[in-house]
Amino acid sequence: MRLYALLVYLFLYIPIGIIVLFSFNAGRHASELQGFSTKWFGIALSNPFVMDALKTSLIVAATTALLSSIMGTMAALGLQNVRGLLRMIFDSLIYIAIMIPGIVFGIATLVALATALDFINPLLKILWPVVLGEAPRLKLGLISITCAHTLWTTALATVIIRARVQGMDRSLIEASMDLYATPWRTFYQVTLPQIFPGILAAALLNFTLSFDDFIIAFFVAGGRTSLPIYVFASIRRGITPEINAIAAMMLIVSLTLLFASQGLLRKRT
Amino acid sequence: MIRKSSSHLTTLLIAPMAIWMVVLLILPILVVLVYSFGELAEMGGYKPAFTFAQYANLPARLTAFKNTLMLAPVGTLAAFLIAYPLAYYLARKVSARRRLILLTLVIVPFWTSFLIRTYAWMFILGGRGIPALLEYFGIEGVRLLNTPTAVLIGIVYGYLPLMVFPIFVSLEKLDESLLEASNDLGASPVRTFLQVTLPLSLPGVATACMVVFILLMGEFLIPALLGGGKVFFIGNALVDLFLQSRNWPFGSAVAITLVVIMLFIVTLYMRLIFRPGKTREVSMI
Repeated sequence: MRLYALLVYLFLYIPIGIIVLFSFNAGRHASELQGFSTKWFGIALSNPFVMDALKTSLIVAATTALLSSIMGTMAALGLQNVRGLLRMIFDSLIYIAIMIPGIVFGIATLVALATALDFINPLLKILWPVVLGEAPRLKLGLISITCAHTLWTTALATVIIRARVQGMDRSLIEASMDLYATPWRTFYQVTLPQIFPGILAAALLNFTLSFDDFIIAFFVAGGRTSLPIYVFASIRRGITPEINAIAAMMLIVSLTLLFASQGLLRKRT
Repeated sequence: MIRKSSSHLTTLLIAPMAIWMVVLLILPILVVLVYSFGELAEMGGYKPAFTFAQYANLPARLTAFKNTLMLAPVGTLAAFLIAYPLAYYLARKVSARRRLILLTLVIVPFWTSFLIRTYAWMFILGGRGIPALLEYFGIEGVRLLNTPTAVLIGIVYGYLPLMVFPIFVSLEKLDESLLEASNDLGASPVRTFLQVTLPLSLPGVATACMVVFILLMGEFLIPALLGGGKVFFIGNALVDLFLQSRNWPFGSAVAITLVVIMLFIVTLYMRLIFRPGKTREVSMI
């Protein structure tokens, strides 16, 4: 039994280990180990295409994490007072949003935004003041990726933060209200400190999810390239040590954030 | 303690998520539904119409449906067979302190980039990976990459963590006294497992299998990277139809069919597993 468990753990971690190992490869061929070197990390980080993709990914992930944790907190607090049919609809939508394969999200957002842009762009052309010159043509890009990621991650944030809200000491809130604190002050001084670890954990997790997402971004990125899209396109052209270095860095980013969020969720208030 | 203003406040609090859900999830799915009855415009994209032509054309992508509907169940079953003993070990054979660490170790890979983890297998199964190793031992001509086997390995690897967790939860909750009773009544360990443990863990097994199966139905990366264009799923057909050939009406029909199959499976699962009034929440963290 123990041996079996050990084998499964090896199965889970060897592939990750191999990628990290080969990212330190000194040779020019991706799959032949020829000594230790960190030069491919340097080469990857000085590649302007990689840096541009990294920038896109970081902006999208940070915005997604921020928006989804705000919306998730609001929804988690609001849903406490919702009962009956409305609550059931909301809960089902949240679970549907978590369960749906990314590809369905990608298609839905692509179709919705492309249809919307077909209406908005001609309208913008008519309404745009002549003094400002040519009307801008809105297209898919940073904003559409962020919208799609936010939708997907808000549902998860709501579930995580709700667990924290349910574990919260209600009597403190009642005490605060009895002492004539305004609802805002109660939220800021009583509720928020209690649920903050949950919010932060949700934000970190959602940052990781957004940063690592490939399929949703692939559909709605338009001409933009996020880091996973860059990696995917490069893999199709052939495996290089540079890709291994990027992959290793992506693994390290998600593992760091993951352990930070796990730590926060375990911490008791 | 309910103040008068609290209902307005509640509305305000849940409004952003509600709007987001309607605008980016419910409406788009309705739009896709409308598109699926439309026609292909000359320049690609959608031309309004009401026709079932797109659905009639579904057999054109039959291979993708066949591959998905064959490999997804097989992959789910393989992942289950590997996950169950591990979940059992974690839930029943490990001390509480070590259990937390070991469980975290199972889940951690799931939260790292799926793309990178699948890429790792491209690396391992590719010409210079396992085939080269086998050649060293005198077994030649083994090709793994771009075969259904490679796709299956990728599936098991990618979805194993997701499979372990719900099964673990149902096994951990298991009432110890039932096992003792079975033992006291002279049942052998195998019989106890088959008649007590296994049936009681079925809700977790069903949840895990359903989640994995649904996600597999929409899988794109594993067949794209490990199937190399030879073994492709519905997801690959969708990427082609929406992004490359830009046949949105047909793509919409394929997407709607996919969603209908998934809804059918979820409904079936609900009917089989959940009796009325009994709900269960399984979270990944």
